[in-house]
Amino acid sequence: MGEKILMKGNEAMAEGAVRAGCRFFSGYPITPQNEVPEYMSWRLPEVGGAFIQAESEVAAINMIYGAAATGIRSMTSSSSPGISLKQEGISYCAGADLPFFFANVVRGGPGLGNIAASQGDYHQSVRGGGHGDYRTIVLAPNSVDEMGNFPMKCFELAEKYRMPAMILADGILGQMMEPVEFKFETVDPKSRKEKGWELGVASGRGKRIVKSYDLRENELEKINFIRMKKYQEIEAREVLYETRNCQDADLVIVAYGTSSRIASAAMKMARDKGLKVGLFRPITLWPFPSRELAKMAEKVKNFLVVEMSMGQFVQDVRLAINGQAVVDLYARPAGIPASEEVFAEIEKVYKKIKKAGPVKKAAATPRPRSVQAPVKKSKPAAKKTATKSKTPKARPVKRSTPNVKRVKAAKKKGGRK
Amino acid sequence: MELLNKKPAGLVDMKMHYCPGCGHGIVHRLVAESMDELGIRERTVGVAPVGCSVFADSYFNCDMIQGPHGRGPAIATGIKRSKPECIVFSYQGDGDLASIGMGETIHSAARSENITIIFINNAIYGMTGGQMAPTTLVGQKASTCPAGRDTKVNGFPIKVCELLTPLEGAIYLERTSIHNAQHVIKTKKAIKKAFQNQIDGKGFSMVEVLSTCPTNWGMTPLDGAKFVAEKMMPLYPLGVFRSPEKEGGAN
Ligand SMILES: Cc1ncc(C[n+]2csc(CCOP(=O)(O)OP(=O)(O)O)c2C)c(N)n1
Ligand code: SF4
Repeated sequence: MGEKILMKGNEAMAEGAVRAGCRFFSGYPITPQNEVPEYMSWRLPEVGGAFIQAESEVAAINMIYGAAATGIRSMTSSSSPGISLKQEGISYCAGADLPFFFANVVRGGPGLGNIAASQGDYHQSVRGGGHGDYRTIVLAPNSVDEMGNFPMKCFELAEKYRMPAMILADGILGQMMEPVEFKFETVDPKSRKEKGWELGVASGRGKRIVKSYDLRENELEKINFIRMKKYQEIEAREVLYETRNCQDADLVIVAYGTSSRIASAAMKMARDKGLKVGLFRPITLWPFPSRELAKMAEKVKNFLVVEMSMGQFVQDVRLAINGQAVVDLYARPAGIPASEEVFAEIEKVYKKIKKAGPVKKAAATPRPRSVQAPVKKSKPAAKKTATKSKTPKARPVKRSTPNVKRVKAAKKKGGRK
Repeated sequence: MELLNKKPAGLVDMKMHYCPGCGHGIVHRLVAESMDELGIRERTVGVAPVGCSVFADSYFNCDMIQGPHGRGPAIATGIKRSKPECIVFSYQGDGDLASIGMGETIHSAARSENITIIFINNAIYGMTGGQMAPTTLVGQKASTCPAGRDTKVNGFPIKVCELLTPLEGAIYLERTSIHNAQHVIKTKKAIKKAFQNQIDGKGFSMVEVLSTCPTNWGMTPLDGAKFVAEKMMPLYPLGVFRSPEKEGGAN
């Protein structure tokens, strides 16, 4: 701890996993994440762990299924097409309530696509991805430092809730070099306690079974209800996000991962020109910071989503905001936006906001909300705060009175939808 | 009164769901007896497949994991490399091992994973209702080749032991049968040896057992046993294909 090391994102992630106590890795090469298995191939034997270059992604994830069932901290990583192949195995792990950590260093798609950075696997990641009703915890880093520190977070969450947890990155985060400081105590796997479900030497205890099936219809439903409760608990407790300059913002950009860095640079340009622009960055993509966005929409009437996919991420933002504010989209589905481009978009949207001034005024007066929230003013956000939500209480969602007035007004003005 | 025979400790005392005359139950018992006799039951982890033996996780009295169709050898690899002190076996049918899981089978053998595979060859897909397997004989009827397997349409049967024999990592390969008592005893010996190899750290061992599926073959159990002896054995000859005692493995 305390020491800053210059590392590639992929290597920082691998080293972070090893320090977090990972002792098993299996994977199959695919660009742009090859540094991860390469690093693990020498690093894991050094600490008494096992590395296997599997014959396929399908085999790799099933090796993880076996390893995770023994309670060992295990990891696999891949990129888009490889993750698609791993989805069956991830679903089995979710069905068997096994914890493990995996990373998707996303590339362009669909199909073979290209190896450029992309955010095109958003839906696949945050909606479970494989067959059946399940979720995976998804963390989206935006720096090499976070690439190095999030594996620990993933292992902790995965084990706390007994489910897969993943890092959703992209080729830029995987390949770029930045300083990383590992901000956690290195984990010695030998000091970790038996969990009561792991397979291994029985000596005296009864047998244990790990399985994902229950052929009795009603029984399977019961288990799925239990899992659903667990997911709701995670949504209430484990949301992570970051806000910048949102306190006085007329316009808030919503972006994650690499897009959020570009958006951040564009926000600075805007602030330099006197435009009141803020940034909201979800760190957990599932659980999604829906409540926090909804709360922000009480004050801020205009959002601009910047994503490197065809409007996948914006859907979650719009669901969260639920008509309380305008959500514009700047999508680059097969390219990386330049900060100047995003700034130009900000100017465009900003002009629109100013033109539609009266609507903003009307919206500022008290009106029925579709998402019920406490009336008190939202806390001003610190300049840069990695905020952990304080176990917010579940709020009832009332959908009976939508913002009819405001929608009508917006239609009259044109321009807003 | 002297008790001459009892249920092995390696099996949970419960009714199995297998059809009358099915080979799975016999092989289950042989695996369980082998665990008992070698004293490894409490450190054994078994991998149950998708197929008629999906409930093997309930039947064997040791730690068990149930895997996706065909992936047994990869799961066994993950367990063995994580906990080398465990004895790990994967129990698989022919659809599971020779079709969807062929890649995992070949590569775990090539890596010489120190695991034991019990491979039940009944020349058909049992669980899904009698479709053609990669091991279905030429001319044999199945629900997806109702006129009998035609090589022009369906290709030729795969002989898994012969296919794996050239692999240096395949330390022990033997094909046996359970169609009569004498062969059941031979099969037991082979299974025990496959476990012993793992205990001794020798590497990949697989026993292919010619088995029966009277239900999907549309036969009586007795005719099923005859089918194995008369039709399967000529195509799938019994014997040791590779063994650690033999220089270079193959015989
Ligand atoms: C990915 C996947 N594909 C297909 C199936 C359906 N399936 C279940 S069992 C089976 C065939 C099993 O045959 P075999 O391995 O020969 O075992 P047997 O039932 O004959 O003992 C198939 C195709 C599945 N469960 N999963
Ligand atoms: S269908 Fe065939 S393999 Fe399955 S239990 Fe019945 S006899 Fe055995």
